[in-house]
Amino acid sequence: MEGTDKADTQEQRPPIPDRKQRKSVVFNSEALVVEPDGKIVTMASEETKDTALSHTPRTPPLSAALGAFTDAREAAVEDAAPPAEDGGLDLLKKKKKKPKKAEDAEGEEASGAADGAADAGGLDLTLKKKKKKKAPKADEGDEFAAKIAALDLDKEGAEGATDAKGDEQSGDMEKGTGIWSHDETKPISYNLLLSRFFSLLAQKNPDHASSGTRSYKIPPPQCLREGNKKTIFANIQEITKRMKRSEEHVTAYLFAELGTNGSVDGSRRLVIKGRFQQKQIENVLRKYIIEYVTCKTCRSPDTELNKGENRLYFITCNSCGSRRSVTAIKTGFSAQVGKRKKMQG
Amino acid sequence: MSIENLKTYDPFAEADEDTGESKQAQNYIHIRIQQRNGRKTLTTVQGLPKKFDQKKILKVIKKKFACNGTIVNDTEMGEVIQLQGDQRKDVQEFLVDKKEGLELDPKTIKVHGF
Repeated sequence: MEGTDKADTQEQRPPIPDRKQRKSVVFNSEALVVEPDGKIVTMASEETKDTALSHTPRTPPLSAALGAFTDAREAAVEDAAPPAEDGGLDLLKKKKKKPKKAEDAEGEEASGAADGAADAGGLDLTLKKKKKKKAPKADEGDEFAAKIAALDLDKEGAEGATDAKGDEQSGDMEKGTGIWSHDETKPISYNLLLSRFFSLLAQKNPDHASSGTRSYKIPPPQCLREGNKKTIFANIQEITKRMKRSEEHVTAYLFAELGTNGSVDGSRRLVIKGRFQQKQIENVLRKYIIEYVTCKTCRSPDTELNKGENRLYFITCNSCGSRRSVTAIKTGFSAQVGKRKKMQG
Repeated sequence: MSIENLKTYDPFAEADEDTGESKQAQNYIHIRIQQRNGRKTLTTVQGLPKKFDQKKILKVIKKKFACNGTIVNDTEMGEVIQLQGDQRKDVQEFLVDKKEGLELDPKTIKVHGF
């Protein structure tokens, strides 16, 4: 709702990145405006600038175009002197917007899908990345951001107003002052109540936090780079011991998931072909734990994996005694990557 | 209830496949990623339902995600779509998308990789 009335006051408002709903709303109104002309026309919106930027980064036509339609605003920019953060933010917003337009060009019916915002967000990703690289490089990009930030200043003012309203609801919950005082009649905002709920929950049940799957900790995988193309997963032994799984099983899973292969070196470390970061290995291990370690019934990680009858693997939970079968690790299709040389030579 | 459970886990999937290629109800679509040289990657989409024309899908995907791709005929896995770059998320969303995608059940899609 907020988005709509803002769109009325200023049509080129960029969407707030973290709020999906508004984003979609703004997206719609804007798409309609920009789509017909395809490129840059009279629209005094950053969207148009955006196009200019994307087509010809750091070019005179761009700044010329800018000057043409944002003289007054530029003046405002100079004394506004927005901080660097704002610039970053705006760049983000810009990025958000750009791919949407690309999508529009592709299929107009797509643009109408306000509720497909999530999907659009996904699509954006690739384009977004490209943009990111371009914009910070060029100095003009920063200027842009500054200008856009200035354009958004009044919007931010409006935001600030709402923030201020939120700030009113202060006070110490423990002591029961401010908004928390007993005879306070003002309604407490949802966020405050929510945080109160969680803090109380944590207070009353200290053991809650310590038990459960969240707390299942394994040592972080240590990833070293061997040469240029191989990654050494150094503490696989430690981790597998912790999970009570065989090294082979974990290794097979890793290789299947990463679509690669590797070997075990002299000191029982795992050598994986390809470059992988610790984070990526962590992700795969997490998936492994979910699939092959935690008990689906009680979520306890205290389970055992063993081969049951007819070639199936079963997980038996030590804490609740449930037993479930798990799929064997399968390496799916793997494309030939760089094998051609070997085949020929 | 118990029957339902059996279905979701499909404990006989492996056994079936060992005996022969019997089509079980749960055919997952696997989206995988492979590293190529440098920071380049490859995305493979395996196990798309037969009712879809892979060529057409590829054509749409290529345009939509701005990447190249091919259809590889694998002896075991059948037709596999290969795409340049990490398109896992895009493809996943495309397959699930109701408006312009394939409207597949997200549960049948498995995204692999890091």
